[in-house]
Amino acid sequence: MSLVLEAPEITLGGRRLLALDRLAVPAGEVVTVMGPSGSGKSTLLAWVSGALDPAFRARGRVLLGGQDVSGLPPHRRGIGLMFQDDLLFPHLSVAENLGFGLPAALRGRAARQARIEAALAEAELPGFGPRDPATLSGGQRARVALLRTLLAEPRALLLDEPFGKLDVALRGRVRDFVFERVRRRGIPALLVTHDPADAAAAGGPVLELGDAAAG
Amino acid sequence: MLRAAPWLTAALFLGPIAAGLAGTLLPAFGWLPALGGTAVSLEPWRALLAAPGLGRAVLLTLGTGFAATLLSFALVIAFCAATQGRTLARRAQAALAPLLATPHAALAIGFAFLVAPSGWIARALSPWATGWDRPPDWATVNDPWGLALVAGLTLKEVPYLLLMAFAGLGQIRAAEAMRAAAALGYGPVTGWLKVVLPQLYPQLRLPLYAVLAFSLSVVDVALILGPGAPPTLSALVLRWFADRDLAMWFPAAAGAVLLLALVLGGILAWRVGERVAAAAGRRWIATGGRGGAGRALRCGAPALMGLLLAANAAALLVLLAWSFAGPWRFPEALPSAFTLATWRAQVQALAQPAMATLAVALAATALALLLALACLEAEQRHGLRPGRRALLMIWLPLLLPQLAFLFGWQVALVRLDLDGTAGAVVWTHLLFVLPYVFLSLADPWRALDPRHARAAAALGAGPWRVFWAVKCRLLLRPLLVAAAVGFAVSAGLYLPTLFAGGGRIATLTTEAVTLAAGADRRVLGAYAALQALMPLAAYAAAVAVPSFLHRDRRGMRPA
Repeated sequence: MSLVLEAPEITLGGRRLLALDRLAVPAGEVVTVMGPSGSGKSTLLAWVSGALDPAFRARGRVLLGGQDVSGLPPHRRGIGLMFQDDLLFPHLSVAENLGFGLPAALRGRAARQARIEAALAEAELPGFGPRDPATLSGGQRARVALLRTLLAEPRALLLDEPFGKLDVALRGRVRDFVFERVRRRGIPALLVTHDPADAAAAGGPVLELGDAAAG
Repeated sequence: MLRAAPWLTAALFLGPIAAGLAGTLLPAFGWLPALGGTAVSLEPWRALLAAPGLGRAVLLTLGTGFAATLLSFALVIAFCAATQGRTLARRAQAALAPLLATPHAALAIGFAFLVAPSGWIARALSPWATGWDRPPDWATVNDPWGLALVAGLTLKEVPYLLLMAFAGLGQIRAAEAMRAAAALGYGPVTGWLKVVLPQLYPQLRLPLYAVLAFSLSVVDVALILGPGAPPTLSALVLRWFADRDLAMWFPAAAGAVLLLALVLGGILAWRVGERVAAAAGRRWIATGGRGGAGRALRCGAPALMGLLLAANAAALLVLLAWSFAGPWRFPEALPSAFTLATWRAQVQALAQPAMATLAVALAATALALLLALACLEAEQRHGLRPGRRALLMIWLPLLLPQLAFLFGWQVALVRLDLDGTAGAVVWTHLLFVLPYVFLSLADPWRALDPRHARAAAALGAGPWRVFWAVKCRLLLRPLLVAAAVGFAVSAGLYLPTLFAGGGRIATLTTEAVTLAAGADRRVLGAYAALQALMPLAAYAAAVAVPSFLHRDRRGMRPA
């Protein structure tokens, strides 16, 4: 399963924000997109996830495992998304947040609960299920957010500066946690960042967006 | 389907208003075939102009309407200028919700119980301060000048305008502007008037127009507190509409059109006044005067506001006091005994209007929430950008005198064979409930971080699951507050119930206003107290339910 962006071109009110030839992300790899703010990095991710603001016009195709998903609404694309903020739902407990991501196809209260417990234990957060997300530390919240995304069994992952708000000490550990899981799942991941250390840790190809748009 | 929601809402909304205005305008010019009016003529206007006391009624209407609006506006501006950034402002905000919930009629009745010659204030001061052992022969309520009416309206409008002002202040970064003005040497009050007020005023404009329109055309408060001979124009027009002689409908319709002209002309005059005041303000700002500490206003305005809020609370208390009163002779400050006798005797009579009030308010609120949510959701899903025209449409029923379209709407309901039905009453209430529900819900709904919805969609949640499990749950508090506002509005509506119900559907409001004409204070106190308590209970629930559900969720506590 790979993620391929074919000739994306995004315009706003007739002005071209961004245009690429082709960007392929192989399974289990992290491709990094870098560029100054305003270069359209986040807009690119919004387009891939299907949540582009209607004010923008976009051309091109998103291929996931060879299948064109450009026409699908965001929730049918199977593309996971992580933001700079963890965006855990404040009205739900940690377990309920994870349950929100778990596919409905997994039936039975006990089975779902067990799956959530297992995920928490594996992320070194055993027994955190009933906790209020607001009482977690930054690193814990980031890990729960990633667990929630992965429990939804995405076929690809978009990372929109997901480590931007973590302090330096935490950053490396959360980064390793995320990248290690991407590799283990064998899904393609597209990372947007302005931190060269993120790109280095990702280990995959790096695309400088400012250059690409100009050229 | 959702895309059609704004259009459906507009149709449900504008249909009755358009039909109502037409159905009032035509009879005003002699056209109402059902009553034999088949020729256009100016006869209704001749009859209207010949009516005794019309000139004075018009003057009274203009005088009380403008006085109440100006007074409310001045008090709110003085209070905001005096308390910018002080804890007093936050405290006042907390006291507002229960006051906003009180229906006009209940507040007016309670206010009459306070200031009447035999009212609570006179009792509290007698005989030790006044020497009275019987009520003085003064006209403190229903006075020919309409002073009691102005005071009663001000009492009710100030909390509303204050809430609107606080909401507006939250959007204009007033604190930074004040710091900048202070750094340039401006005193707190002068600085506020020069840098904050000009930014705040545009946010207050529509609420002010609504207050002006309401004050110029109000009926229930005018019946309870206003003068009787002649009354205000609106009360006079209602009297003709209620006349046994149906031929009176023609001059009544003409009177309703005159009222519409007074309100539209009044709003226009206010607009002109705004321009003049703005020009004068610019010159004042250009003088560069820094102003002093404004100590008089900084003490006086909060004191006056405190007095007003206390009067609001006392008006509610006195209703309860009377409803539980045993014998209560004149100069005594409290009844000599409290008893359940009144409530016990009235429980049968109260049950039916109370149930009707509850049923209509719940139905109208549920419908309004449904439409408001559908419009807001359609807006987000389809990227619609509602413009000024949509906003004005939402405000329309609040900017027109109710009498100007309710009569015509009633005629239309008769044609549709819907008059006097519960459905007609609910639909008519919707015209007034929906604007408040929509306006109180729209800001928090639009302000919700859109990434929550994106995060949920990326987890595979479809639009309806996002709507229900994420947006509605995250916005539970504003959602319930909007519902409580809608409930309170509906529970307090007088004319819409009267006209659409065809006199067949009685709510606590219509009963209380009828009883205010001369029933026993204990009975009237019970009706008005119950009328006030139902919306209060709705507000309490709107605050308590989210607090209980989110007791273990720190991220869901109100900021």
